[in-house]
Amino acid sequence: MPYVFNTDDEQAEMLAAIGAASIEELFECIPQDMQLKRALNIPAGLGEMELTAHLQALSVQNKSINEQTCFLGGGSYDHFVPAVVDALASRGEFYTSYTPYQPEVSQGNLQVMFEYQTLICQLTGMDVSNASLYDGGTAAAEAMLMAMSVTRRNKKVVVASSVHPEYRQILKTYFACIGSEMVIVDCGTGTTPVEAIAQVVDEDTAAVLIQNPNFFGNVEDVTLISEIAHAQGALLVCSVDPISLGILQRPGDAGVDIVVAEGQSLGTPLLYGGPYLGIMACRESFVRRLPGRIAGETVDRDDKQCWVLTLQTREQHIRREKATSNICTNQGLFALRAAIYLSLMGPQGMQDVANLCTQKAHYAAEQLTQHDRFELAFSDGFFKEFVVRDTQNDVQQLLQQACENNILAGLPLGQWYDELEDCLLITITEKRTKQEIDELVNVLTQ
Amino acid sequence: MRNTQATNLIFELSQPGRSGVCLAASDVPKQDPAEWFPAGALATSAPPLPEISEPDVVRHFTNLSTLNMSVDTHYYPLGSCTMKYNPKRNERIAAFDGLAQIHPYQPAETVQGMLQILYGLQDMLAEISGLPVVSLQPAAGAHGELAALMLAAAYYRERGEKRTTVLAPDSAHGTNPASARMAGFDFVTIPSCSDGRVDIEKLKEHLNDQTAVFMITNPSTLGLFDDQVQEISDLVHDVGGLIYLDGANMNAILGITRPGDFGADMMHFNPHKTFSGPHGGGGPGAGPICVTAELGAYLPKPIVGFDDSSQTYFLDNDRPKSIGRVRSFFGNVGVLVRAYSYILSHGPVGLKRIAENAVLNANYLLSQVKGFLDVPLGNRCMHEFVASAESIGKQNGLNQPAMDIAKRLLDYGYHPPTVYFPLTVHEAMMMEPTETESKQTLDAFAKTLKAIVQESPEVLAAAPHSTIISRPDEVQAARKPILKWTPKQD
Ligand SMILES: Cc1ncc(COP(=O)(O)O)c(C=O)c1O
Repeated sequence: MPYVFNTDDEQAEMLAAIGAASIEELFECIPQDMQLKRALNIPAGLGEMELTAHLQALSVQNKSINEQTCFLGGGSYDHFVPAVVDALASRGEFYTSYTPYQPEVSQGNLQVMFEYQTLICQLTGMDVSNASLYDGGTAAAEAMLMAMSVTRRNKKVVVASSVHPEYRQILKTYFACIGSEMVIVDCGTGTTPVEAIAQVVDEDTAAVLIQNPNFFGNVEDVTLISEIAHAQGALLVCSVDPISLGILQRPGDAGVDIVVAEGQSLGTPLLYGGPYLGIMACRESFVRRLPGRIAGETVDRDDKQCWVLTLQTREQHIRREKATSNICTNQGLFALRAAIYLSLMGPQGMQDVANLCTQKAHYAAEQLTQHDRFELAFSDGFFKEFVVRDTQNDVQQLLQQACENNILAGLPLGQWYDELEDCLLITITEKRTKQEIDELVNVLTQ
Repeated sequence: MRNTQATNLIFELSQPGRSGVCLAASDVPKQDPAEWFPAGALATSAPPLPEISEPDVVRHFTNLSTLNMSVDTHYYPLGSCTMKYNPKRNERIAAFDGLAQIHPYQPAETVQGMLQILYGLQDMLAEISGLPVVSLQPAAGAHGELAALMLAAAYYRERGEKRTTVLAPDSAHGTNPASARMAGFDFVTIPSCSDGRVDIEKLKEHLNDQTAVFMITNPSTLGLFDDQVQEISDLVHDVGGLIYLDGANMNAILGITRPGDFGADMMHFNPHKTFSGPHGGGGPGAGPICVTAELGAYLPKPIVGFDDSSQTYFLDNDRPKSIGRVRSFFGNVGVLVRAYSYILSHGPVGLKRIAENAVLNANYLLSQVKGFLDVPLGNRCMHEFVASAESIGKQNGLNQPAMDIAKRLLDYGYHPPTVYFPLTVHEAMMMEPTETESKQTLDAFAKTLKAIVQESPEVLAAAPHSTIISRPDEVQAARKPILKWTPKQD
């Protein structure tokens, strides 16, 4: 029992002060027939040394990306995480504190939230950001619910099939309960067909959801789609790759109404999928519909600048069933990581990392498609991911072959897109070297 | 020691041309990105982020951290949040390369160790809850509530029943009603009796063929175990409804009683409370849900399966009745790994001792404060109790006595209890010491609290006196929201 400090004598003193004969007596309020009369059937407790050895043994059964070269992406990316991010985020004053309900003793976390919100606005070109949601997928779902509340349109939303398939699955789950229609627009050509969007968006549509760069890595015509949505009074919600904003036009400058993103790329390791960071930012006029916590600037009784949680009448602990969302615990520690990452990178660093990704991705695509076996599935401009078709239609064999050579070659797309059964999504981050890319090409063309 | 210049806003520290990183030049032939993208797709300039050197970034955030109270630095009896010690061993384990540096789409054969951990956690949570089928996917307690209510909706849909209403007592956490609405249900609040238990007569009035789910927190947010829970669950089941247990307070009953044994059909755990995942200044959490065998088929997918013939673990996506996904990838795995590690550190004996000591500490603190603070719900509690500062306010002419006492505690180096929740107790001060605090800490805290309630109203109303800021003007913050920094116009 590692973390209880009171000795038997102290426990006896405490019981005496309470006026109880035993600890069991304190549980008398639980009817006897509800009490578990046996020990839980779980493994016996381990000391720190045995525990560490046990988890070390399980850990080494996993092949980490330090033992293989990772070309996998699809919403979770092997970007470089500077040591500063880990060092600062592992300070106990940050990671063992709670939500800043007492601002006088939480100015550190509140200022971080305020800085994070500002950094996200600077990166996306939006007016306001919240302080985090769970992940990119739930952020997209929350954004669509928010759009319905902003537009007061409950009947229908439109979603491009080039949005991350898992995000669309989350939306489907959320929407199944509220009875609104979700129209999927097929993006078989690699980007969202603008005419098809124009056909389905009508005056009942609350919002259109696209992703940019989309799930295939391709860059969408965001401005044009926003014009189509706005012409019908619908909002444009766009899920972005924050790293791409080092060189791509900011969504706020392209007519997007609500931006969401998976923030993992901003200083968080892969972690087998989580915890990550849901980013959400929007236009100023929607701020009272935003889900999640928001930090705001104010002054104290001595007129000193300070920060507090604000606009809390949106939230569940005040508004209960009328809240904008049920979110309570969020991803504060990962918002901190993103704030540290963006502060380190600055404008130049973000531009450089985005440039490295896209330069290297294009090099990889060119090298691979020099071989007859491979062709690009789409002709659109892509950022750091691209879809390559195996003309011999044996993606599994390719992946196997790569795996044997310690390479995670890419993501097979057939699991989500029937017509892309012979395709791989290959991701290149700034960490991939020319040598690693050449090796990938070598192995796949052996 | 705090350095006050370094805690200026990061934007005010910016100097054009500085950077905290220096990336290597590209090793592939350079091309012009303008050729790849449609016109207008590229930004005309880099995003206007601040420009800071690495040492300045370190100094800035390090100094900011010192402005927080935290479990590592302070006693933090924040009720309902279970602010217990966060073991350092779990931090080191969660950072192992083989656990932190793996991609969610890696083939199952390359992540067998991780899948074994997650499978083991599913099993242990099933045993601890008495509910056999588990999904680890939800990202926090509230997300678990939502997923479970969506699951209930799917279950009724399949049975061809149209049930529209979710009920919960007035002492329920705000996430319960908010989750109900997000899952498409109407929400009805059931009053509690003066002893804090659910008012069964009122509940009966609202139970009918529209009842989908009754959400109960047991032990409740008042820190009491509602011994009517079996009767309540029978009543709800009789009208065809389901029982959801909000498991935020599982710390009090680990190994002592199990929700599945007192009538719950579904529940969530808050591993960031019960199993000591660090709260991270507001997150991350996780919200695993456990359900009966009958409801198991509807859980979000995937869950981790074990294939007997090949003796390997796999992600089971072949679950046709599943409500689908509620989160991308597998969930908040890092939090789940810490929970696994925490449970294994304790074993069956240790888990029960957690509950015993959490309850002992709470009752002891109650015994030490009841002489000078009202505790309206009696002399015994589970892992937390709710005191009321109402009469102190009346004596002293204070309008917000709970808030004033809370603020004054800050001066003495204590994080205050949760105040103004639950809503059913006036001037509520909800204290949860947790099992990882010593008798000495509780004694010192009670002594301080006693001294505070005897202080003059002026001192209390003006508190805190020693923190880096005095009370902020929250009204102004909400009335004229300033939600980001903007460059000064001069
Ligand atoms: C009683 C109760 N229920 C539900 C929740 C929600 O859990 P989470 O914050 O993990 O979403 C909390 C925690 O804040 C709680 O105290």
